[in-house]
Amino acid sequence: MNGIEVRDGHPQVLLVEDDPGDVRLTQEAFHQANPSVQLHVASDGVEAMAYLRQQAVQGTALRPDLILLDLNLPKMDGRQVLASIKEDAGLKTIPTIILTTSEAEADIAKGYLLQANCYLCKPVQLDAFEILIKSVSDLWLSNAKLSQKRLVE
Amino acid sequence: MPIEVLLVEDSPGDVRLTQEAFRDANKAIHLHVAADGVEAMAFLRREGIHAQAPRPELILLDLNLPKMDGREVLAHIKEDSNLKTIPTVILTTSEAEVDIVKSYQLQANCYLTKPVQLDAFEALVKSINDFWLTKVKLPQQRQNG
Repeated sequence: MNGIEVRDGHPQVLLVEDDPGDVRLTQEAFHQANPSVQLHVASDGVEAMAYLRQQAVQGTALRPDLILLDLNLPKMDGRQVLASIKEDAGLKTIPTIILTTSEAEADIAKGYLLQANCYLCKPVQLDAFEILIKSVSDLWLSNAKLSQKRLVE
Repeated sequence: MPIEVLLVEDSPGDVRLTQEAFRDANKAIHLHVAADGVEAMAFLRREGIHAQAPRPELILLDLNLPKMDGREVLAHIKEDSNLKTIPTVILTTSEAEVDIVKSYQLQANCYLTKPVQLDAFEALVKSINDFWLTKVKLPQQRQNG
């Protein structure tokens, strides 16, 4: 019960992104779109998986409601992170959105094959980026029903 | 370029409302309708009268359907190597946690509930168009040669 209340109040979003500039822009765009969002940042794939597994084990209220995942990351790349999330019974129900500069058809197809919930390209223009984050926030954190924090019994 | 969308929905009233809302949101959308799960799979696999059916870029899937229910349709889509990359969005009245979790486990790309109020429903269809058919990069049409 408590977890649900926390989730409703403050959507938890995990951003997996190694570029500090993109992290800053994403933080600012979410702050504008929905100030209640708590954005956690992992700057490589290993850190992302460690964070997710720690939250899953502890069953904490900080388990992300949504994951934004870059593809090109140090240590463990985004495709591997995505595969690991979707192979893990405790994590696979967290919607995972690819957010990358790559528009390569091979990356898009591979993303969907690995069960990405959707694939978004980062626009270069700042206002377009802000609009994109606003629409992510509107669709995923207002309209979409997300699975609750607790693991399925 | 028309955007092909498959709506799997058995309620004629909901079909009509969805058609009208999409027409308002985006004229380029071709909305195809399957009224039960068996027809949906026949459309997607181009069987029988659906031999010429286009491959949809997005599927909107109700959960409670005659003949074959939405959970089964979803499982079939996501087990099929040719169909699994088509984003499949659950659009249902059910807010039951068990349905939400089960759908994400079965690899639904997103789970949305139908609002009862008409203007809220229109706003939802507009946001589906804005996000899924405008912002999202969809996998390219794959024609099996």
